[in-house]
Amino acid sequence: MSSFDPKIIAFCCDQSGYPAADMAGTLKLKLPRNIEIVRVPCAGRIETIYLLKALEKGADGVLVFACYEENCQFLRGNLRAKARLAYAHRMLEGIGLEKERVEICHLATNSGVKFVETLRRKSEQLKKMGPNPAKES
Amino acid sequence: MIKAEQKPIDEILKYLNPYNKILLSGCGACVTVCHAGGEKEVELLASGLRMARQKIGKKIEVLEVTPARQCEPEFALELSETIEKVEAVLSISCGVGVQTLVRHFPKIPIFPGVNTSFLGETITHGVWEERCQACGNCILEKTGGICPISRCAKQLLNGPCGGSSKGKCEIKKEADCAWQLIYDRLKTLNQLYKLEEIIPAKRWGVESRDSGLRRIVREDLKV
Ligand code: SF4
Ligand code: SF4
Repeated sequence: MSSFDPKIIAFCCDQSGYPAADMAGTLKLKLPRNIEIVRVPCAGRIETIYLLKALEKGADGVLVFACYEENCQFLRGNLRAKARLAYAHRMLEGIGLEKERVEICHLATNSGVKFVETLRRKSEQLKKMGPNPAKES
Repeated sequence: MIKAEQKPIDEILKYLNPYNKILLSGCGACVTVCHAGGEKEVELLASGLRMARQKIGKKIEVLEVTPARQCEPEFALELSETIEKVEAVLSISCGVGVQTLVRHFPKIPIFPGVNTSFLGETITHGVWEERCQACGNCILEKTGGICPISRCAKQLLNGPCGGSSKGKCEIKKEADCAWQLIYDRLKTLNQLYKLEEIIPAKRWGVESRDSGLRRIVREDLKV
């Protein structure tokens, strides 16, 4: 299992997650190996299907990096993302997948360290969980 | 419009257990509006089903389609060619659409993927509420346009029960008492006198479901 590098899709809001990823780069912080960043204009752009498709098409986990609550440039985008995550969690339970594979993290533009730490923690957690057994083969 | 909710995915998985290639059919009308069975929901459920089956090592192929209105024969028949290629159909249209497919495709198993819940309106995005039970003889004219059949828990026709309290229903505390709404509305319209007219008991056995299957025939429209 030590060679398993969990694939994580990180949806990054343009107002927080993406600048935080940028800052992590500036600070030369090391990300886990198998991360794919998907830039979105607002966390509210992320539909439930994106979360499920990410898992179906090969991700072991999905992280949504969104602004702190009450801090969304589009007012409720981050809350919408949270509600869609809850819906996805219910579906995952029905499918029999661990709902921890999909998670939301609230941060700010200058949270480069938090961004990396969250991904590292997720990667470790997914290593313990093992590969996503529902991904397409 | 007709309102529905997706069935729990584990229930659907049980029906589909014997099949390895299915058609998942949504509907572009009512169930699209209430986000239970439109194109988006087809995509989401198909993804969920594929993953659930992949996980247990029993892959399923799910073809996806969303006819404009599954309850109309013209649109249902558009599925003919695709249905030939699958072992079963999961329909997430309302129960009417499911039965339209059953009527036109008698040789293939067809399963419902939603619970058809009620005739209702959109209160706000993501919230729907019951408004009509298709009783067959509409009395909205007498009740200020508020339906006591669908909105009063006891379907009372001549005023509230003793449990109406502070505008709420005793059976479901979060719901407005239909008769409070009717009273307030008629008062606003200066039509409180309408409450003096006794509304006779509905003829459930003649106009409604109790007399068996209902049917409307319009000779002038037949082709
Ligand atoms: S009175 Fe009957 S037809 Fe009219 S809204 Fe109520 S249930 Fe529907
Ligand atoms: S409280 Fe009002 S809505 Fe509820 S059952 Fe009584 S009359 Fe009907």
